[in-house]
Amino acid sequence: MSRLQTRFAELKEQNRAALVTFVTAGDPSYDTSLAILKGLPGAGADVIELGMPFTDPMADGPAIQLANIRALGAKQNLAKTLQMVREFREGNTDTPLVLMGYFNPIHKYGVLRFIADAKEAGVDGLIVVDLPPEHNGELCDPAQVAGLDFIRLTTPTTDDVRLPTVLNGSSGFVYYVSVAGVTGAGAATLEHVEEAVARLRRHTDLPISIGFGIRTPEQAAAIARLADGVVVGSALIDHIADATTPAQAVDGVLSLCAALADGVRKARVS
Amino acid sequence: MTQTNLRNGPDANGLFGAFGGRYVAETLMPLILDLAREYEAAKEDPAFKEELAYFQRDYVGRPSPLYFAERLTEFCGGAKIYLKREELNHTGAHKINNCIGQILLARRMGKKRIIAETGAGMHGVATATVAARFGLDCVIYMGTTDIERQQANVFRMKLLGAEVIPVVAGTGTLKDAMNEALRDWVTNVDSTFYLIGTVAGPHPYPAMVRDFQAVIGKETRDQLQAQEGRLPDSLVACIGGGSNAMGLFHPFLDDNSVEIIGVEAAGHGIETGKHAASLNGGVPGVLHGNRTFLLQDDDGQIIDAHSISAGLDYPGIGPEHAWLHDIGRVQYTSVTDDEALDAFHKCCRLEGIIPALESAHALAEVFKRAPTLPKDHLMVVNLSGRGDKDMQTVMHHMEHSQKEQSQQEQSKQEKH
Repeated sequence: MSRLQTRFAELKEQNRAALVTFVTAGDPSYDTSLAILKGLPGAGADVIELGMPFTDPMADGPAIQLANIRALGAKQNLAKTLQMVREFREGNTDTPLVLMGYFNPIHKYGVLRFIADAKEAGVDGLIVVDLPPEHNGELCDPAQVAGLDFIRLTTPTTDDVRLPTVLNGSSGFVYYVSVAGVTGAGAATLEHVEEAVARLRRHTDLPISIGFGIRTPEQAAAIARLADGVVVGSALIDHIADATTPAQAVDGVLSLCAALADGVRKARVS
Repeated sequence: MTQTNLRNGPDANGLFGAFGGRYVAETLMPLILDLAREYEAAKEDPAFKEELAYFQRDYVGRPSPLYFAERLTEFCGGAKIYLKREELNHTGAHKINNCIGQILLARRMGKKRIIAETGAGMHGVATATVAARFGLDCVIYMGTTDIERQQANVFRMKLLGAEVIPVVAGTGTLKDAMNEALRDWVTNVDSTFYLIGTVAGPHPYPAMVRDFQAVIGKETRDQLQAQEGRLPDSLVACIGGGSNAMGLFHPFLDDNSVEIIGVEAAGHGIETGKHAASLNGGVPGVLHGNRTFLLQDDDGQIIDAHSISAGLDYPGIGPEHAWLHDIGRVQYTSVTDDEALDAFHKCCRLEGIIPALESAHALAEVFKRAPTLPKDHLMVVNLSGRGDKDMQTVMHHMEHSQKEQSQQEQSKQEKH
């Protein structure tokens, strides 16, 4: 079983949802970002999404755009992001880690070389925003052959006709983007999420994680009652943006992570 | 050599060889598939074609003249030079050819809100114009750098009722405006039609924009046939994203006797790294929905383009151009800011036509090429836009070079 499968199976046993956290690699610097990454599992993150910086993050809102700019300003690149995963894996072997980003840096790095290096570094899965299933041959197929999960985004615009196309070849979990929009935008209503999860369940047995617009422990708890995973990104990253020292950035992200984890853990008890 | 048909592309997946495709976020995929279906249906619909022809004629002012540039020809002393006068279109550039087509499609699809990106502002103005004509809401994304150097066009868009949203991200130029337009689109999928201004973006945009612009080449063919009784020997057009060039080139791709030259913006010179020549100075990659040649670094990060002409200031190029470059059907050259400015002034003085700085890049290539060619060589240049919008930039540049000149003279005198 892959790390993602194992983790979601464990949590199902415990009758709780996963807290999935997103931060951008190298934001605000390599060392601080690595400290955050290493601290996330202890602060209650069940699955880690690590952003691969890109100059043109077309599907991201202001918070993650700025995170990309900070990381690139600190000379982060794809090779360093993979190195960061290697260093993370030295101290952690059970938390699934998924790389998330845009295709061009991978394309430039070389798809097969990237897959091999990511696998070797300890990456479990990939989310590539601008690679729809129409382009499965370019990365999704060879990545899965190599044992990396390929996690698909599904959205409110992905209708029942298209869903099978999107889910075909998905593995690890399904990431439901609960609002049509960029990251960090407004949150969906719980009614919408409930409906969406029910619709997705009719099409797949994969765990379903919900993201976009989830910022507080209360929101996380509400979503955790409906889905298998809760993704939080921009709210964590805001703590990096607001920090005046590296220690403050680490502390800010991990404190919010702990609060979110608490929310997720208590969600189905009450 | 066997006759190949180069005008059939793209394939069903939107690919021209290895270029093109649909590299977009899932939120947009259903829309893009829908758009492709709607466009295919509209293309075959006689009512749509008739309406398009009506607006091209009575609103845009087509056909645009194919003008024998006698003085330019005399000055060069070689090839016989014709200018395809796209600058005489309503709104002063070729951009409106595409905008009229897409707005009719938007209306057919029941969309109420139009968004667009713009660099030099010509596409923004053309979009605002057609949105006003059809009573649709219009939002234009424009980089802050471009807003500064194209203030007249910003004012025109506002007069036409469009909201102009400044984009501060990146270098505040065309690529950043396109990112922001994509973010808007992903947020307002139901109501909004994204009117892309060039032959780039996800399929079907590169093919659709090309089809709407191909009227340029079709007219050129007929007009030259009427005036000279034959095909041109060469075609020259400037390239940013590449819509005016593709519009002129496409109807001639299968005529092997026609030499086709696309001119990229070399900015300060390709060797300086400050340029916008994606084919001559870039490598294949994926950006803004398509696989094409891009200016990028070793990590696949997009490098900001540079050109004196805001309309060419883009780090990518339409995928069909990437393919035509790859197979060698079109020759892609480049000219610098200074060469374009020189051609700009010459065109003003020789022909009484103030060209857009974009089009001046094509003219600069003509000044290099035409003198070496025989007098019976027929060369058609796409004069894609007029230069009114560039007054500020040219003025600024003239003041700057005058200052430099007087400083040089001063330091010479001091040495003596």
